[in-house]
Amino acid sequence: MDISILTISYLVASVTFIIGLKMLSHPATARRGNLIAAGGMTLAILATIFLYRDEGRALGNYGWIFGGIAIGLVLGWMIAKKVKMTAMPELVSFFNGMGGACAALISIVEFDYIYREASINPDVVFGSAIHVGHYLAIMAGAIIGSVSFIGSMIAWGKLNGKIKDVSFKGQHFINLVILVLVLVFAVVTYFVSAGSAITFFFVTVFLALLYGVFFVQPIGGADMPVVISLLNSFTGVAAACGGFLYDNKAMLTGGILVGAAGTFLTILMCRAMNRSLMNVLIGSFGGSAAGGGPAQAGGGTIKEISVSDAAMVMAYAKKVMIVPGYGLAVAQAQHTCHELEKILGEKGVEVKYAIHPVAGRMPGHMNVLLAEADVEYDKLLEMEPANDEMRTTDVALVLGANDVVNPAAKTDPSSPIYGMPVLEVGEAGMVIVNKRSMKPGYAGIENQLFFEPKTSMLFGDAKKVLSELITAIKEI
Amino acid sequence: MDEILGFIQAHQDMIYVVILMGFLGMEVIGRVPSVLHTPLMSGANAIHGVVIIGAVIIMGKAESDNYLALILGFLAVVLGTLNVVGGFVVTDRMLEMFKKKKPKS
Repeated sequence: MDISILTISYLVASVTFIIGLKMLSHPATARRGNLIAAGGMTLAILATIFLYRDEGRALGNYGWIFGGIAIGLVLGWMIAKKVKMTAMPELVSFFNGMGGACAALISIVEFDYIYREASINPDVVFGSAIHVGHYLAIMAGAIIGSVSFIGSMIAWGKLNGKIKDVSFKGQHFINLVILVLVLVFAVVTYFVSAGSAITFFFVTVFLALLYGVFFVQPIGGADMPVVISLLNSFTGVAAACGGFLYDNKAMLTGGILVGAAGTFLTILMCRAMNRSLMNVLIGSFGGSAAGGGPAQAGGGTIKEISVSDAAMVMAYAKKVMIVPGYGLAVAQAQHTCHELEKILGEKGVEVKYAIHPVAGRMPGHMNVLLAEADVEYDKLLEMEPANDEMRTTDVALVLGANDVVNPAAKTDPSSPIYGMPVLEVGEAGMVIVNKRSMKPGYAGIENQLFFEPKTSMLFGDAKKVLSELITAIKEI
Repeated sequence: MDEILGFIQAHQDMIYVVILMGFLGMEVIGRVPSVLHTPLMSGANAIHGVVIIGAVIIMGKAESDNYLALILGFLAVVLGTLNVVGGFVVTDRMLEMFKKKKPKS
């Protein structure tokens, strides 16, 4: 009886995950979808605690279980509620790392159980004491979970600026060597004597952690969203390994669902940047940008524009295209930006937003920020319609975006971002670029756009500049 | 070889689940507007927190003298809960901003 309730709970949970993900794909139902999935999750967890039977025995250690859940609940709730909207992407990465670590720890404990049993006869081959399927599930969970954990932590550190990009010559080769070593040790562990299996297992885990570090460390800039999405799907697969191990359908469906969805999302992102997943995996972006010599330092001189001139130009334009980027997010300027849009609208100017798929630090990052500021959906243009409208735009206002408007992606085959689709702001009548300084963007390359005769620079913090613009436009 | 074939035979239902879920996951994502990419990634992130079930099992079956299982299991429960709770709460916070909006489609 109890067992069938457990089975039904898992079934319900699996269905809520699918419905939840589906509802998350529509703006109107997204929030409800999230709550439904959360409800299914709660049901699955509670059912596991009270109804799960391990070879006929109920679970014990309730104090430990509820203690752990209470700590995680309070901590998770506080972190998630406290953090600023701009820090969302790195937070997703952080929580993803927690899931990866959880999967790896499960595998370590399960391996230890089997090791204890097998090492009674320390001289037999370790593999003879374990089902090959279980061995694969444990090993895959440990490796994928470890890579996902450490990779997410590094992505987290990178996004909040604690970890800098480091890369060196031969990085690709070393990455491959470590990966091959991980796989070799994972296989060898199966065939060594039972007594020494645990040592080999921990070496494998250590190598997997090392691979995670080397995997994410050299990747910078525009690739970070792809990496987080990929690691997200890794954790999904690691969770599914746990599902195999415990013959648990809820873990299996949830894990595979996320693994597949995450992988697909990753591929979509790669496609948006015109790069193959393999290329990202081997991690060449940061490497070639840092090692490929000075990426033709921009020639020519830049032209500055005053706030009042910029206000004048925009107030008398027919159509203004706002191109938001990470600078807008950092300055928390989304509300001020919306205000500017409204004031220009009152002056009869048509204002639209051009959203590059990877503007900011995550796909949809800009959409989320602008939605927070109540900007209407139909004012947000995706890249292709935005580029079509660029030709009829009088003024393109670039707010803290850089790499996504770099014309080198179209014109310079030696540029590391060559081939990535960009917003062609140069097609507009005039370009006003707001930046804090002339420092290159996250990908670390110069932007020829700033030196074009059409372009004027408006230096300063996005929020400050925007409110000055609003005041100036009001006075006109 | 026989062992692998036997494994497939014995676990064919799970293999079906894996394959069908794989396609389902891609289908579900395929129609997502880019506006919702970040919340969706975050929601998916919360869902793989289902790994906490494994952590609860590990913790619950640990004998009182098995310190490795107790300590690592406890840690796994804490981290898994962080993943679940943090994931869902962050997603909800992101989506909260859409609530006043009229749906586009």
